[in-house]
Amino acid sequence: MGIFNFFKKGLKKTKEGFFGKAISILKGGLDAEKLEEIEELLLLADVGPETSNYIVENLRKKKGEPIEILKSTLFELLGENEELSFSQQPPTVYTLVGVNGSGKTTTAGKLAWKFKKEGKRVSLAAADTFRAAAIEQLKEWGKRANVPVIAHQMGADAGAVAYDAVNHAISNNIDVTIIDTAGRLHTKDNLMRELEKVHKVIKKLREDQPTEVLMVLDATIGQNAIQQARIFNESVGITGIVLTKLDGTAKGGMVFSIKKELGIPVKLVGVGEGIEDLKKFDANEFVNAILE
Amino acid sequence: MFDSLQEKLAGAFKILKGKGKITENNVREALRQVKMSLLSADVNYKVVKEFMDKVTSKALGEKVMRSITPDQQFIKIVNDELVELLGGQKSDLDLKSRPAVILMVGLQGSGKTTTAAKLALWLKKKKGRNPLLVADDVHRPAAIEQLETLGQSIDIPVFTGDRKDPYEIAKKALDFAVAKGLDTVIVDTAGRLQIDEEMMREVEEISKIVKPDEILMVLDSMAGQDVVNAAAEFDRRLEVTGFVVTKLDGDSRGGVALSAKYVTGKPIKFVGIGEKVDQIDAFYPDRMASRILGMGDVVSLVEKVQESFDKKKMEEMEKRLRKAQFTFDDFREQLKQIKKMGSLSSLLEMIPGASKIKNVQVDEDQLKHVEAIINSMTKKERTNPGIINFSRKKRIAAGSGRPLSEVNKLMKSYDEMKKMMKRFGKLDKKGKLGKFPFQFK
Repeated sequence: MGIFNFFKKGLKKTKEGFFGKAISILKGGLDAEKLEEIEELLLLADVGPETSNYIVENLRKKKGEPIEILKSTLFELLGENEELSFSQQPPTVYTLVGVNGSGKTTTAGKLAWKFKKEGKRVSLAAADTFRAAAIEQLKEWGKRANVPVIAHQMGADAGAVAYDAVNHAISNNIDVTIIDTAGRLHTKDNLMRELEKVHKVIKKLREDQPTEVLMVLDATIGQNAIQQARIFNESVGITGIVLTKLDGTAKGGMVFSIKKELGIPVKLVGVGEGIEDLKKFDANEFVNAILE
Repeated sequence: MFDSLQEKLAGAFKILKGKGKITENNVREALRQVKMSLLSADVNYKVVKEFMDKVTSKALGEKVMRSITPDQQFIKIVNDELVELLGGQKSDLDLKSRPAVILMVGLQGSGKTTTAAKLALWLKKKKGRNPLLVADDVHRPAAIEQLETLGQSIDIPVFTGDRKDPYEIAKKALDFAVAKGLDTVIVDTAGRLQIDEEMMREVEEISKIVKPDEILMVLDSMAGQDVVNAAAEFDRRLEVTGFVVTKLDGDSRGGVALSAKYVTGKPIKFVGIGEKVDQIDAFYPDRMASRILGMGDVVSLVEKVQESFDKKKMEEMEKRLRKAQFTFDDFREQLKQIKKMGSLSSLLEMIPGASKIKNVQVDEDQLKHVEAIINSMTKKERTNPGIINFSRKKRIAAGSGRPLSEVNKLMKSYDEMKKMMKRFGKLDKKGKLGKFPFQFK
């Protein structure tokens, strides 16, 4: 199959320099063929047909240097880089939500380590009481980051874990408590309601919390990510995306549509399995990776 | 904005319907819709392009132009191509060796560990095998504990060895299986990126040690464009024998199934359809194609209904319905039959066009409430609902813990039902009942 070579080529992380591929496509003016090549580049990066079409239309209509128009369209879609927020009055509560296998528990561990390193008093809470050994997994991260882990046993009520975690944080002067929740498909109404309950329980103790509800999103996921974000947002109000597994060859282009449609920014990116492999989202780097 | 593939294709076919003939122009619009849909479904761009070329040439062929029902013809062409692309026929596991070895591989978070346990249970229940699960993911924290817990829950032994050296674990697991007379060894490995050279070498080495009969790559049905790269590379290095597509209980269209099969030529052997250990099923290309095409997974739905419903009881009930003798006992029996089929929402997903009804919230609790109300009736009340007066209603409400208004609502829909039944009874007796008589909302 001739198509196979194409995919083999895709295995190498090509470094053609900043915006390399897009620049070489757009050299010497625009025509239909070049627009299609740009569309292909965007589609293969999981930007999706609708948003890709929007970007290409912009490129077709607007006057000026094509590469600049392309870049500015992408930057406009992403908006300003947004930082994580903290509560004026500690503890700051973060919840991590998302579908199964997106990397919530790993992200919780990395976040705890990052905050700990910044000199904050941190705790983790194992509110994923459903998946086998999820609690052990978080405890292991707690050990590595050297922070306490609030946990009940498997099958326990997730809301009760969250309640204990916030209570513990209040009485132990914890600055940030990070609550890991069970992965759930957004299509499962009962599980989404359970997640809402976890958030309600937190509000019972502290009306203004959680400060951040971070949806953890696997960069290798396709267009379904938008629907995920929409439903999770309707359910618990997402404040930001953590885009994980960006150390592979997947580009995570679906976050353009998520920002465009729902206004939810990417705040962090996961770039490896090590505890330090969590970085602030940088729109410039991200757009470059899409267009390189 | 991002409609499902089903909806988009439904739109494309609507364009063709209502037109007498297929012209080059209206086919092109439908084809464009199909293309957009496949892209929204995360079918890889390159695969979509080749697929579209094939379908375009067929759709513009003479047969279609002269066909009397162009929309049907067009659906058939797209459907046939999809079925072919997805694998033609379903493909079984080939487990000749003793012990037979299955190696589970894939990216992080695709669902390898859960799938390993599901497969073990499936082989035990359906094939009478004695499986051994091997926890060979020494990288992810608590991956071994996860498999141990799962193994315990389904009563299947889990080999963990020294919990450190993946090669030693693999070697000793085989010895262990032989010593214990276990005939199937399922090796769970760590998730890894296809560009992680060190980790790819590790899995190659494990494969050399265990000499698997089957190497199953686990793919997340939500996967995007890039995952075919992973599939191609895993296949190049390990010679994958098949794929398992997981998380199909979500609402992703699973375009990755198309792409992975197309690029590697390797079949999809199983699908994961839930988090519970028994939620695994064989892969049926025709069903997948139907699901993708917006015809709904009707085959699965029909099978599920047949499996769950007690035929004799249904026939008896139908007779009673025709005579309008339907009582609350019958109603309760129906509720039980429905509950046996699984969650209402999972059933709804299989029904063609149901994905369009966005505002229908299936309230599973409501079923329970209705059942509670019926359970609070006396036998006399159930067989002769006419006697239920206000004070009886109050007692039923108190007994079931439901508000009086809900009891009233149920009584009202019962009355309406009864009226409808009378009309039904006058209809052609040969006609079968297609719908559940009671509506829940």
